[in-house]
Amino acid sequence: MHQYVGLIVLFPLIGLLINGLLGWKIKNEKVIGSIGSGAVGLSFALAVAIFIDMLGAAPEQRSHVVELFTWIAAGSFKVSAAYQVDQLSVLMTLVVTGVGFLIHVYSIGYMHGDRSFARFFTYLNLFIFAMLNLVLADNYVLMFLGWEGVGLCSYLLIGFWYQKKFEGVTITWTGDAGNKAFWVNRIGDFAFMLGMFLIFKEFGTLTFNEVMGQADTMAVGNSTVFWITLLLFIGATGKSAQIPLFIWLPDAMAGPTPVSALIHAATMVTAGVYMVARNSALYALAPDTMMVVAIVGAVTAIMAASIGIAQNDIKKVLAYSTVSQLGYMFLALGVGAFTAGIFHVMTHAFFKACLFLGSGSVIHAMHEEQDIRHMGGLKKVMPYTYWTFLISSFAIAGFPPLSGFFSKDEILWKSFADGSPILWFIGAAAALMTAFYMFRMVTLTFEGKPRWADDKHPHESPPSMTIPLIALAALAVVGGFVGVPAVLGGGNAIHQWLHPVFAQAEKTMALPEHHAHTTEYILMAISVAIGVTGWWVGRRMFLKDPNADERIAAKTGFLYRLLARKYFVDEAYDAAVVRPVVKTSDSFLFRFFDVRIIDGIVNGAGALAGWTSRTLRVIQTGVVQNYAALIVVGLVIVLGLIIL
Amino acid sequence: MSSELIVFLILAAVGVLSGILMITRPNPVNSALFLILNFMALAGLYITLHAQFVAIIQILVYAGAIMVLVLFVIMLLNLEDEEPLREQMSKRHYGSLLVALLALVLIVQVIGWNSGGTLETMREQSPHALRIGTVEHIGSVLFTEHVYPFELTSILLLAAIVGAIVMAKKRFP
Amino acid sequence: MVPIHYYLILSAVMFITGVVGVLTRRNAIIIFMCIELMLNSVNLTFVAFSAYLGNETGQMFVFFIMAVAAAEAAVGLAIVIALFRNRQTVNINDVNILRW
Repeated sequence: MHQYVGLIVLFPLIGLLINGLLGWKIKNEKVIGSIGSGAVGLSFALAVAIFIDMLGAAPEQRSHVVELFTWIAAGSFKVSAAYQVDQLSVLMTLVVTGVGFLIHVYSIGYMHGDRSFARFFTYLNLFIFAMLNLVLADNYVLMFLGWEGVGLCSYLLIGFWYQKKFEGVTITWTGDAGNKAFWVNRIGDFAFMLGMFLIFKEFGTLTFNEVMGQADTMAVGNSTVFWITLLLFIGATGKSAQIPLFIWLPDAMAGPTPVSALIHAATMVTAGVYMVARNSALYALAPDTMMVVAIVGAVTAIMAASIGIAQNDIKKVLAYSTVSQLGYMFLALGVGAFTAGIFHVMTHAFFKACLFLGSGSVIHAMHEEQDIRHMGGLKKVMPYTYWTFLISSFAIAGFPPLSGFFSKDEILWKSFADGSPILWFIGAAAALMTAFYMFRMVTLTFEGKPRWADDKHPHESPPSMTIPLIALAALAVVGGFVGVPAVLGGGNAIHQWLHPVFAQAEKTMALPEHHAHTTEYILMAISVAIGVTGWWVGRRMFLKDPNADERIAAKTGFLYRLLARKYFVDEAYDAAVVRPVVKTSDSFLFRFFDVRIIDGIVNGAGALAGWTSRTLRVIQTGVVQNYAALIVVGLVIVLGLIIL
Repeated sequence: MSSELIVFLILAAVGVLSGILMITRPNPVNSALFLILNFMALAGLYITLHAQFVAIIQILVYAGAIMVLVLFVIMLLNLEDEEPLREQMSKRHYGSLLVALLALVLIVQVIGWNSGGTLETMREQSPHALRIGTVEHIGSVLFTEHVYPFELTSILLLAAIVGAIVMAKKRFP
Repeated sequence: MVPIHYYLILSAVMFITGVVGVLTRRNAIIIFMCIELMLNSVNLTFVAFSAYLGNETGQMFVFFIMAVAAAEAAVGLAIVIALFRNRQTVNINDVNILRW
């Protein structure tokens, strides 16, 4: 089956071509929506078929490279449009197409009546196309194509409602948010490119298999590999919204909610995690980079979680939650638990997509109201949304036996066992905050008395929106069972599935055998206790008094302001980076360099040509005899040269 | 002084004088007649070089055909005399004259400068000279070795005929 | 014996005579005849080298140059006639349409 992998990528391409070129003519929303969703659905079906086919094969025969055509050939440098079908990429493909399909279906209902309906589906298909190239690529260049492609789609979709206002620090409309995402990502992409160049210099190839093959014989602590992995990780911090490049993700919520769910929660932002996991063998050779990854992940997790506590915009809370959960994933990668990281990518895709779609359903019902302080009591009005949202919240808070429990607990356990207790402590603290802000949000949104204005008439969303919610909630419930750890009597299927991909890295790192099971039980109990505590406190506090925030703010003063204003990171970047760049561009590059030097050279060239022409025009008398005389002068000169 | 040199000097003197007279006569008809004289002198020089065929063609084609055509055109246009050359000379003309004479000096210099080399071996004519100038020899070479350029020449002449007719026609239909 | 230098210098003198004519005269027909004079001086060089080298190629050149000269005479005189018909002059100072 694996040889048909090209079709998985082709279907979204066809969908985007049809909707993009003919969408304005079709006009019928049902047809456009069906084409868009159908294309992704077909890809998903094919991915499932390939997955089943791979299940039947022996573990060592599950990895294939399917070469479609030579894309770039220049001397010894050759890049093919080739797809690598292995356990990791198939898993990612399933998540991208599966969750993507559900979100496409959801979008049919959510985007109903939008005047750019076809454009929206074109972008979504383009996104799926680029994302599949990213996860299926067998070399860095094709991966980079997908990497840039998803960045472009992110930009296009954040600014999708380009006439809408959007409030943020130094931001006034959605286009600014799109630009911000694009620019911040460019920084990361640049580092990614540098890493890519360095790989080519060091290994002479850009194909994953060849690079990993050569890496197998390299010594741990190689300094070139350290720089390669660090540069690639900086690329990942851009795409996956880690410190210091996380600032774009919260503002990316300017886009339509399905976009937030698909791109800015479930799939694109996990590209960085996937990329690091794909290069696990290289990262294993650079323990210093691993340390950086783990620390950045842990700090991002707790920082974003603490910001999430003080946000009032339902999508902002979820955005910071996403940043925080991505931090967890990098924490897992940093301590060498690649499987746990990918496992969390998968479960996070389920419950975070469900949460975002649920928030979209709420926003839809509340007529574009996003402030949770003006909600409340929606439980009775929209039961499907409430229940799915609640289930997903339990999942993200890590309540057993929901999916989030298994993946998050594994990350915490690995960070304790293979990392350090400090990393575990930070992760646990972030988990506590996560549970707290999630149930603060659930309580404020769905429970208590309604606080919305009288002119709003909330209603449950249409089936095209609720069915994906139910499907995602179901996945959020059962998704974790593929990774039940051994101490709980599970087989940990996902570990065995992904083991061949990470075998090389695990061999290089040679992590010690795990501690006694008692420790693992204790930590598990602690993390469950944390989740329950967060739930109980968050629910009690805000059920009793929806304005508890104000009391806390009055008590803690500056600390609360710090969280509510997101540690002033945006302001700091604005002052430290944006303003100096703008000022330099304006006063030096524009007013001096461009106007004086560049324009001076250009105008000078024109003036010089004009002056020369005016001077030389005198000899163009139009009298043929003069020209003939000049020929004779030429003859004299040539003869003179001969004699001399 | 050999007889050959005497013949050469006479013919050369006629050629140079007729050339100078040609470019100085105000009346075009006089110019044309002096040019014909120049061509005659050249034909004589060709004979001294044993190029009989070229000498005869020179008379037939140049003096006979081309110059008759020129005279015919001069008479057709009924041109008046130019004002004497002395009166129309300007600064530009003196400059041109100077440059041209400089060029002549330089050419002579080049010939003299090279006379120590290849030219030095050409103090007298080749023994083959007598043979290659005959009509028989020219004809056999022309129709064997150079037959393609020869045929192409006919196309050139045809094009020239058509071009001349088109341009000299009174009005395009 | 007459060395080839004599022929070459004679040819140069005639050539420069033609050049001077081209540069100083205004009558298009006389300029035209000067060009013929220049062509002929070149022919003399060709024939002289042909005789002194014992190689007939020079005379072949002369033959083809004459053919070209004949063609040129026909076209050139046609141009002169066309010019005269349009401008009633063959004075090239009055025909400076090449001027900018």
